[in-house]
Amino acid sequence: MIPANEPLTILHLYPREMNLYGDHGNVLALVRRCKWRDIPVRVLPLEMGDPFPDRVDLVFGGGGQDSGQARVEEDLLLRGDYLRALVEEGCPALMICGLYQLFGEGFVTESGQMIRGIGAFPARTLAGDRRLVGNITIETEAFGSVTGFENHSGRTFLTGGRPLGRVLSGSGNNGRDHTEGILYQNAIGTYLHGPLLPKNPKIADFLILTALQRRDPSLCALSPLDDSAEDAARANAAARPK
Amino acid sequence: MIRPSIVLGRLLLKIARARGGGSAFPGLVVEKTDPRLLRDVLSSLPLGTAVVLGTNGKTTTTRMVAQILQDQGLRVFTNRTGSNFVRGILSALLSEVRLDGRLDADIAVLELDEAHSVRFLQAASIDYALILNVQRDQLDRYCELDHTAALLGQTARAAEKAVVLNREDPLVRGLSREKSSFYGLSGALQALFPSDEDLLTASLPKEGGETPPADVILEETESSEEGERALYRIGERVFPCTLSLEGAYNAFNGAGALALCQKILPEASPEALLRSLSGVTSAFGRGEVLTVGETRIRLLLVKNPSAFRQSLFSFGRGKDPVMIVINDYDADGRDISWLWNVDFSKLEGVHTVSGTRAPEMALRLKYDQVPVQHVNTDLKEALAAFLEGTGPRQIFATYTAMLEIRRQLTGRSLL
Repeated sequence: MIPANEPLTILHLYPREMNLYGDHGNVLALVRRCKWRDIPVRVLPLEMGDPFPDRVDLVFGGGGQDSGQARVEEDLLLRGDYLRALVEEGCPALMICGLYQLFGEGFVTESGQMIRGIGAFPARTLAGDRRLVGNITIETEAFGSVTGFENHSGRTFLTGGRPLGRVLSGSGNNGRDHTEGILYQNAIGTYLHGPLLPKNPKIADFLILTALQRRDPSLCALSPLDDSAEDAARANAAARPK
Repeated sequence: MIRPSIVLGRLLLKIARARGGGSAFPGLVVEKTDPRLLRDVLSSLPLGTAVVLGTNGKTTTTRMVAQILQDQGLRVFTNRTGSNFVRGILSALLSEVRLDGRLDADIAVLELDEAHSVRFLQAASIDYALILNVQRDQLDRYCELDHTAALLGQTARAAEKAVVLNREDPLVRGLSREKSSFYGLSGALQALFPSDEDLLTASLPKEGGETPPADVILEETESSEEGERALYRIGERVFPCTLSLEGAYNAFNGAGALALCQKILPEASPEALLRSLSGVTSAFGRGEVLTVGETRIRLLLVKNPSAFRQSLFSFGRGKDPVMIVINDYDADGRDISWLWNVDFSKLEGVHTVSGTRAPEMALRLKYDQVPVQHVNTDLKEALAAFLEGTGPRQIFATYTAMLEIRRQLTGRSLL
């Protein structure tokens, strides 16, 4: 068990600018699922210009509107080395929508202009003409069936890593190759909000367990929780029209 | 001279009514066949057209403005049912306009859908605009807050006589221009109305420069048996006013309505405007109280985080049983992730959760550690069980759920 004076630290990237689509729910799911297991936990918000934190166990970043994304870009690039190193070391991370794109190699806009990403994910995004919006369900190797809501115009193509899952219903990374998201080292990038973690608790627990294992490699499992409400919400969401 | 499009529209309106319920269809046909009608009719009004826009509160605020102006002796044309697209406004117009296109009114007071406002500006000109707020509403429909703000900015620029803005909403304050004036809150009340960003970053300092002076300021407000007891500062003086409406947000919207009415009728005394404001009652589903047998049921429309938060603040903290109904049809917004940006932790418990997304709502409450007794996606069954027993109840519902509940409780269809 980790000591109370060194709680599991979740770094929340740019909560002020990048907090669309109920991203608060993802952080809440991580915090509650730690607390329900008596794992000491804290959330450290990182805003533009903030100093780098000492110790980070898990990184979370969400989606933002275009203006928010444009504002954080420069700050994010300054932190590229630090965040890339965390991902390469195996630090668990979850990036949704806008920060999924910016964690990739870059975003090519409609006019052909390249917005640089930090290159933590082997993925590249092109602007699309039509927004891909709706309920989405994917099948994953690691977490079974996963459900959320997508709303993005970017089309993301992987240049490495593995897709998080295969699209059963919805559009996914680009609406063409039936892939959704990326799993690279222990980091996940995805277009699924809804939010993702509350009703897909296996992903939340993967992130928590991986974070704890980096502190204590002998740990092999988390204590189980009653996930019947989570499973019911996921089944309900998966049954809604696309 | 008789205008054929009006004759046609009237006829279609009669048919639509005979088939039960109102319809935007006659308005749509007239919009296509006689695109100049709206402009011709509205531009003939001596005081012109006033529009009310914003994510939350526009139906009730439009009602306030219309009522206040009527009480001062003006003849007011308004879209009372909240049909806020051009076709809905035309449908409302068809039942009141004479066949030659004359309308017996001094002014039109219209609520507009913000996404549709540009379409309205093409069809008619406006003289006054009141802009309440820009909040997250159904992001799968409008996509982006900045986009919505840009649409509202076009409306603000189009208003020929005056624009009244909520100075406490940074995106609305940013629309300020030459003919703008403001309404606002006292410092003490500002914490009651956090923005979406404030909710999650409450400890961070506020952005933005100095707050501009406001024509009308809501100084204090508290709920009472008779309704919301408010204190308004108008110019240098402070006036008490007890609203028939409940909820602090209604008192705040009242400040916007007062500021707009002062622009339209600069000679009217503040006392007279406040007397009218106190008599305004709620629009359907906007905090209205329905009585079924002996049971009083308050029905509250929730459609985005800020509206839900404010309704919970005003009505969710008592001991009355609470029901929450979340649907995810197009009119509700298909993306319900915004529920996770509402803080439910102040609720002691929820009796029943229903709607097409009841299991997700139940999960939301689980993560705020609020106990839930019943979860049932079948609204009819859930409602019947919720209404067993006596005593007042509160129902928070999304748009289509609200219409369905109202139909079940009153036995009548509204739309």
